[in-house]
Amino acid sequence: MDQLSSVFGALADPTRRAILARLAEGDRTVFELTAPFSVSQPAISRHLKVLEGAGLISRSRRATARLSHIEAEPLRDATEWLAKYQAFWDERFDQLDALLATLKPSSEPAQQQEGA
Amino acid sequence: MGTTKIDAPAGVPFIDISREFDAPRELLYRAYTEPELVKQWLGPRKYEMVIDRWEPRDGGTWRYVHRDDDGNAYGFHGVFHGPQSVDGMLQTFEFEGAPGHVSLDSLKFEEQDGRTVIRTHSVYQSLEARDAMVASGMGEGVNEGFIRLDDLIARLLAKEPAGVGSAT
Repeated sequence: MDQLSSVFGALADPTRRAILARLAEGDRTVFELTAPFSVSQPAISRHLKVLEGAGLISRSRRATARLSHIEAEPLRDATEWLAKYQAFWDERFDQLDALLATLKPSSEPAQQQEGA
Repeated sequence: MGTTKIDAPAGVPFIDISREFDAPRELLYRAYTEPELVKQWLGPRKYEMVIDRWEPRDGGTWRYVHRDDDGNAYGFHGVFHGPQSVDGMLQTFEFEGAPGHVSLDSLKFEEQDGRTVIRTHSVYQSLEARDAMVASGMGEGVNEGFIRLDDLIARLLAKEPAGVGSAT
């Protein structure tokens, strides 16, 4: 649960989402990740730290460079939660649909059987 | 029928949900205000829904409990504020599992050509309060802009490298 919260928190930032999108293409160094953004390298490093804290990425060393790697599992958990939330509302409103259909003054002849 | 649209704009503790129904708003208003009707749709199918109170008028209170097969019960309660009408409703919402975390939920019924769009706007006390709702898994909470992220996430998961773990 706590991890889920930190995953949501980490994903709340557009720059961090963009970083994840880049990492989905393959591992990257901080330098490579900084290039497309108009933010400083220390700022990107801070974002990476947040992503790492949420378990969304892991970091390893290749020679002198530190590589960031995307971790799919926490995202999958978050996606499952999201699907549950959507399903919660879908179910609720589908039930409302069904109820409304029974409340409507019936126009179909089949249902015209006296309802009094 | 309609698609449920859920939006949680970034940086503000709100959740907006909309859905279109093939019915005039008078019917929707009935479905939202008559307890015998409310209990037919508001609770998830897997729970038994018991309504203790449902008094849709200024200052009226409401409370319901969801019970599952294992005997777990989840209570919710709140107060209706201001005039409740076919134009809309306004109420507080509190999950009894997180006392004191109260949201203010407004609801609008917008009818056009016999169809009605309902729009709910929930205001939490803070982003943290909304997060607590999310963490509780109990429903009316969702985090920061995340709902609109599902495309990105689907993309990210699709691109996940097939097998990592190359021995070097």
